[in-house]
Amino acid sequence: MHRFAALYNAFDTSSGNNAKVAALLKYLSESKPEDAAWALHVLLGKQGKRLITGRRLLQICVDQSQLPEWLLNDCYAQVGDSAETISLLWQQAGTCTRQPLHYWLEQLLPNAAKLKDQEQAAAVRQLWNGLNQAELLVANKLLTGALRVGVGPGLVVRALAQLTGLDEALLQHRLMGGFKATAANYIALVAPATTAESVPSRPYPFFLASPLEIKDPEIPLPNPPNNWLIEWKFDGIRAQLIHRANQVFLWSRGEELINNSFPDLVAAAANLADGIVLDGEILIWPPEAELPGPFALLQKRLGRKEPNRKLLAELPASYVVYDLLELNGHDIRSQPLSQRRNALEALIKPTATSCLRLSPRLPLDSWEQLEPLRQKAETVAAEGVMLKNLESPYLTGRKRGYWWKHKRDPYNLDAVLIYAQAGSGRRANLFTDYTFGLWDPEGKLVSFAKAYSGLDDAEIISLDRWIRSHTTERFGPVRVVEPLQVFELAFEGLQRSTRHKSGIAVRFPRIKRWRKDKIASEADSLKTALALLA
Amino acid sequence: MALPPGSLLQLTPQGLYCRAAEAWIDPYRPVSRALITHAHADHARPGCGEYWAIGSSEMILRKRLGAAIKLNAVSYEQPLNIGAAQVSFHPAGHVLGSAQIRVEAGAESWLVSGDYKRCADPSCTPFKPVQADVFITEATFGLPIYRWQSGAEIAQQILEWWRSSADHSSILFAYAFGKAQRLLAELAAIGVSDEVLLHGAVEALMPAYRCAGVSMPPTKALSMVNKGDSLAGRLIIAPPSAHRSVWMKRFKFPQTAFVSGWMAVRGARRRKGYERGFVMSDHADWPGLISSVKESKAQQVFVTHGNSDGLARYLKEVEGISAEPLNADFS
Repeated sequence: MHRFAALYNAFDTSSGNNAKVAALLKYLSESKPEDAAWALHVLLGKQGKRLITGRRLLQICVDQSQLPEWLLNDCYAQVGDSAETISLLWQQAGTCTRQPLHYWLEQLLPNAAKLKDQEQAAAVRQLWNGLNQAELLVANKLLTGALRVGVGPGLVVRALAQLTGLDEALLQHRLMGGFKATAANYIALVAPATTAESVPSRPYPFFLASPLEIKDPEIPLPNPPNNWLIEWKFDGIRAQLIHRANQVFLWSRGEELINNSFPDLVAAAANLADGIVLDGEILIWPPEAELPGPFALLQKRLGRKEPNRKLLAELPASYVVYDLLELNGHDIRSQPLSQRRNALEALIKPTATSCLRLSPRLPLDSWEQLEPLRQKAETVAAEGVMLKNLESPYLTGRKRGYWWKHKRDPYNLDAVLIYAQAGSGRRANLFTDYTFGLWDPEGKLVSFAKAYSGLDDAEIISLDRWIRSHTTERFGPVRVVEPLQVFELAFEGLQRSTRHKSGIAVRFPRIKRWRKDKIASEADSLKTALALLA
Repeated sequence: MALPPGSLLQLTPQGLYCRAAEAWIDPYRPVSRALITHAHADHARPGCGEYWAIGSSEMILRKRLGAAIKLNAVSYEQPLNIGAAQVSFHPAGHVLGSAQIRVEAGAESWLVSGDYKRCADPSCTPFKPVQADVFITEATFGLPIYRWQSGAEIAQQILEWWRSSADHSSILFAYAFGKAQRLLAELAAIGVSDEVLLHGAVEALMPAYRCAGVSMPPTKALSMVNKGDSLAGRLIIAPPSAHRSVWMKRFKFPQTAFVSGWMAVRGARRRKGYERGFVMSDHADWPGLISSVKESKAQQVFVTHGNSDGLARYLKEVEGISAEPLNADFS
């Protein structure tokens, strides 16, 4: 544990990626496989549900520290992170427990999480007493499941590649499909490359598109449109569908196996030939319907671990296929997209009426037609268009130049700031979580969206000052402010919602501009927002 | 809240006023007579008729407020009669020449802490507890998350950080007056004798510390280093205002760190954009604030600066000491 805490500290205090990779390389090379496996598990963000909440840990800390609860809350407000607050407050006693990382993650922490009330408090305090401040911070972050330290899969793979001399793409592939932290898995991960790298369930790393930034509308891309595959950008969830060894595996982009959520798709895929891997998008789309349903309907399916027959009938899913990665058990990712697309069209007919649909190829003769096509996306319930170079291999991660996404313009509304709350971490102590309201017919402001991003540092500080001096009421951490400041919000979509006071739910709201030129009465009304729904 | 009417010290638009001494303590507007706790710009301001301060701060005060100011340089614990009041200055351990000021007249005695700290600092006279009926204390770091390690431990961390980067320069950002010299003195105390380079703002404060006989490694103004000379492996001390300024252009990929009590919290460090933070403060930490209040034996405490509400409430509710926040606009 002390070595892992030192690694965390090295990440936290190093400036560049090279230093981070070097620190991880050193850690891995000095670790036993079981500890290295757990370190990867944590750094790859594979930790599941939190073991104990930060609130509960603070409670355990306050019961022992003889500090009044309000003072502990003041401390938390200053630090913005419960794990760190405790590490600063806890006065350690006792001797250091030098247990290895795997023992903490397999035994000590889960065992403490299973206990209740006083027993749990005693167990947690006993763990704390054996740790110094840096270790205490890391242990608490492992308990609360929020260890983020700017090292993601990319850096982990780089360090592994340097450690083993293996290709990054191979390592990335070996890590796919949910890496379970065991010594055997780690040993297999770093083992020399063999010809038979087949694990039936293992998905390929996803290739991601970059947003298209157009400088010259006449030539948005270097070569003419017939070099590109143009498709709709559907508003569903990306997924990889595998049929190997007579088994079907449906993986989300977050590398979760989602077979149980979509038995309809799994059943349909079983009819495909064996040794096939597809890339595509899951949508709610009845086979007979012309257009897919909105994302909100898909969320209802995703919310259920195992949908019942009624839900399956009400909200049937479709899988819109846009790429073929493996055919007859052969990895064909290095072939150009044009070839993969031809093979895909031979597999799934454009006229198919099953829940496996082919992503249609959109005609585009000249770049002039691109903008009208993008604007049309809304009418077919799409988010925009995709542009994929027909010569592109299927790469891993986000490599610019081959695949572009070109979303339609977001919706905009001017809303009034009504509540503010302090952020956490880097934004601790600053009011950065904002709630905005629109005018209802009675001339009252109804809260309609929360937004956290879009302002620059100077604006955040200036707005924070304004909020502090214009607070009219406090509800716990939430401040009600004078309804004076107007902000232009941008968002991707609107849906009716019974859960929201305003009756609408917005998707991905963010602040576009601080409208200092507008007064509150000039902000938009709920009626304007509802009109966007139609 | 305001101070009780009729008491020895009052809050006026110019600042904390003692009628008996006809003097203001750290006034923030020009007054006829100013008693100065220390020479930081938010405590010592120009334009006053006369100043009273500790002798070792004289060079800095004249440099900052003008060579011609009328200054009565006093010694620690020297009994002074100013007007109808007995006044004395006591070591505050904050920076060179910093003092707590005790004022007594009639049956009342008041102690104004100014800024102070309790841990050892080789660059100034250590804090000395003083008793009074009423104590006005600062509370810059008035939360129990702030507990300082010794200066020697931090100096050791800084030395390791500096030595780990032989190929690049290491820039430490620290307040130019006080913190920068304390850093140098702490480094000297753990045996560092390499030459340290200084930003002009830091360099300007060095003569006062050298005159006071503070032991520090050799230093040189960065401006005295020839333009083409390598700065690899060198330690440079600069004020925080130089961070990300054009001044930084001279360095190729330096490692940077900020030395401040605020660096105890990760979020504060990340927000300021420093790679590394070293936790060293010239203000009292939480245990230091509590023990200073207790040692003053004051029956009434007023808390200013920083978390004044929180510290006052804690003193009242947990320690059973009569305490109130004092919302004086000292800045």
